[in-house]
Amino acid sequence: MMNSNLGQTTRHRVEASLKRRYAKERRFKAAGIAATFTGLAFLAIFFVNLVSQGTSAFQQTMISLEINFDRTALAPDGDVDPNADYEAVVRDSLRSLFPDVTDRRERRQLSSLLSVSASYDVKDMLAADPTLLGSTQTVWLSASANVDMVIKGNINRDVPQDLRTVSDLQLLWIDELLAAGRLEKKFNTALFTNGDSREPELAGIRGALMGTFYMLLVTIALAFPLGVAAAIYLEEFAPRNRWSDLIEVNINNLAAVPSIVFGLLGLAVFINWMSLPRSAPLVGGLVLSLLTLPVIIIASRAAIQAVPPSIKEAAFGLGASRMQVVFHHVLPLAMPGMLTGAIIGMARSLGETAPLLMIGMVAFIVDVPGSVTDPATALPVQIYLWADSPERAFAERTSAAIIVLLAFLLLMNLAAVLMRKRFEKRW
Amino acid sequence: MKKSISTIALLGMALVFGLSSTANAQSGRDYIYIVGSSTVYPFATVVAERFGRGTGFKTPKVESTGSGGGLKLFCDGIGVNFPDIANASRAIKQSEIDNCAAKGIDEIVEVKIGYDGIVIANSKKSALMHLTRKELFLALAKNVPSAKDGELRPNPYKLWSEIDPSLPATRIEVLGPPPTSGTRDAFVELAMDGGCQEIPSIKVLKSSNEALFKATCQTLREDGAFIEAGENDNLIVQKLEANPAALGIFGFSYLDQNMEKIQGASIDGVEPSFDAIADGSYPVSRPLFFYVKKAHVDLIPGLREYINEFTSEKAWGDEGYLSDRGLIPMPATERKSVGAAVRSLSPI
Repeated sequence: MMNSNLGQTTRHRVEASLKRRYAKERRFKAAGIAATFTGLAFLAIFFVNLVSQGTSAFQQTMISLEINFDRTALAPDGDVDPNADYEAVVRDSLRSLFPDVTDRRERRQLSSLLSVSASYDVKDMLAADPTLLGSTQTVWLSASANVDMVIKGNINRDVPQDLRTVSDLQLLWIDELLAAGRLEKKFNTALFTNGDSREPELAGIRGALMGTFYMLLVTIALAFPLGVAAAIYLEEFAPRNRWSDLIEVNINNLAAVPSIVFGLLGLAVFINWMSLPRSAPLVGGLVLSLLTLPVIIIASRAAIQAVPPSIKEAAFGLGASRMQVVFHHVLPLAMPGMLTGAIIGMARSLGETAPLLMIGMVAFIVDVPGSVTDPATALPVQIYLWADSPERAFAERTSAAIIVLLAFLLLMNLAAVLMRKRFEKRW
Repeated sequence: MKKSISTIALLGMALVFGLSSTANAQSGRDYIYIVGSSTVYPFATVVAERFGRGTGFKTPKVESTGSGGGLKLFCDGIGVNFPDIANASRAIKQSEIDNCAAKGIDEIVEVKIGYDGIVIANSKKSALMHLTRKELFLALAKNVPSAKDGELRPNPYKLWSEIDPSLPATRIEVLGPPPTSGTRDAFVELAMDGGCQEIPSIKVLKSSNEALFKATCQTLREDGAFIEAGENDNLIVQKLEANPAALGIFGFSYLDQNMEKIQGASIDGVEPSFDAIADGSYPVSRPLFFYVKKAHVDLIPGLREYINEFTSEKAWGDEGYLSDRGLIPMPATERKSVGAAVRSLSPI
């Protein structure tokens, strides 16, 4: 009687609390969903903002002109003269479209519709194909950044003339060119083939991309073998004592050291002491490899630990030496995990700017680097430099460069995921 | 697997050490290496690019390190590992000349390139401000003489109208560069110092207690009225648009590029304009310089030509391409005399 009574009360209490406990669970789930969606919403805002600002930079306004490759002007002695006045050729062509512009100041304004690169483009065109001499060709040439901004709607036409960088007269010409079909937005190849420039329409990310490439090459060549070797030693060979504990704690701490500290270290050791060249991807890569080393060691150790002991024991049982066990069995099985760690470490160094500041890679460098010792910048540095430029047209290019950087990050992380999916073994 | 792992490791090591030894072995440098002020950076880079494109020489490398940082690197020594040119948004200090001399750099050529105005601007959505340097000092200094007894007290002003009834009754909120910036140095020196000296009780300190005078005039308040907004001037422009009540401090070229969004306050009755800065009537303007190591002129190919390009009429002249970028040219006579001195490479 007593027992059933007690049972009833317990059951009664459980049933009574059931509703409350379910409600609690629902509330927790709701909070979780809210947290996830808030995070996603911020990400979405960031992407929408970036894409809406940046996509226009993948197009550049071009002006079509009839260029007369005049023999007497460009090849007076029969051969193409690289020092001829190509600027005048381009200028004359533009002026012929507006014959009634005669005032000197107005003519200057007219010429400034074209990018300074126009004459170089014409020169390159002729150098590539000398048979053009004597002919007249329709050529699409880059418009100046101001024209580009007007076409893209980034310059407000309604404010008085002296408050914008484009004059009323220039707006009139732009409209005339548009009506004549001579003004068109085309894919911005310069963005991918040029190095940095102070003219927005000429500025490209090729130099920064190559700098990043060389830097990551040095980083992976150095950090991966060192990191894997350290991980194997610590996991399989090192005795377990106070010293190995101390080393382990230190490696974990190192992974959390702010990156600027590594930059200072790089400045002191690689540049001042070893006198390696400043601004070189070599030094950048060395600094970044210090930065990624702990990440790779930690990931590699985790990968080694995940190899089942039964495999090792079986190998030992068949008489394999420790070295053979490690290199024939443990390492091949742990490799996918190690590579994943390495890629994630690389992705982290791809986005680093702070340490590069100290070693002189935050600089204006026009020439695309051709080796690891040439001066270079990196993609995040390029973004920083463009974000700081006064010219309006750099704003959209900054966003475009961020989009490219994010695309690379995404690719690298995707590669890590795919590699894990492909090679991962489950026991 | 064993083989491949150790081969990768060995290759990696060989690559890196091979590369570092070639780097060590490199003796010459065929490009110009420029460091220094972030204010001069936009001008130096334009010249560098035109120079690289127009001549057979490589495009110079320009690092933006700030004036002080640049001169420190510049004075580290003579040789291909050290910069050839340091840009500065202020004149070189005696201490820096001494540092240079200690490293054997005793011949430095000074090149004045033009002027830069520092503007105090707000959004077009609010009214144009008319300020004096004295009002700026009273609004932004950490300690100001109290209205009652003239003693130095922590800055009590919260609204502009408390300083002068003619100013709007809005909260004092000024966005400006951090202490590492040359723009900040120049603002403190030209606007704050200038305004400070108009207050008699402080001016007497200059001769009696110079340390206190300096501390009073050059310390900005830290109670939230002056906000350090980072080195990025574009960001300040954006923040001004978002917050019409705030004022921002930055270089003239940023005002020039954003005229439809922001307006520059008049200082002592003069509005910041190209002409007012050029003729010296706008009070908050400063000269810009670059410094050349004379010992490098014959060492680095193209250095002399770069200097000539920078000091040519088509670059720094009234209609030159640098003026399109916001550099305020010097008067023609000054350009002539500076240009002549530079071409003969006469050291300071």
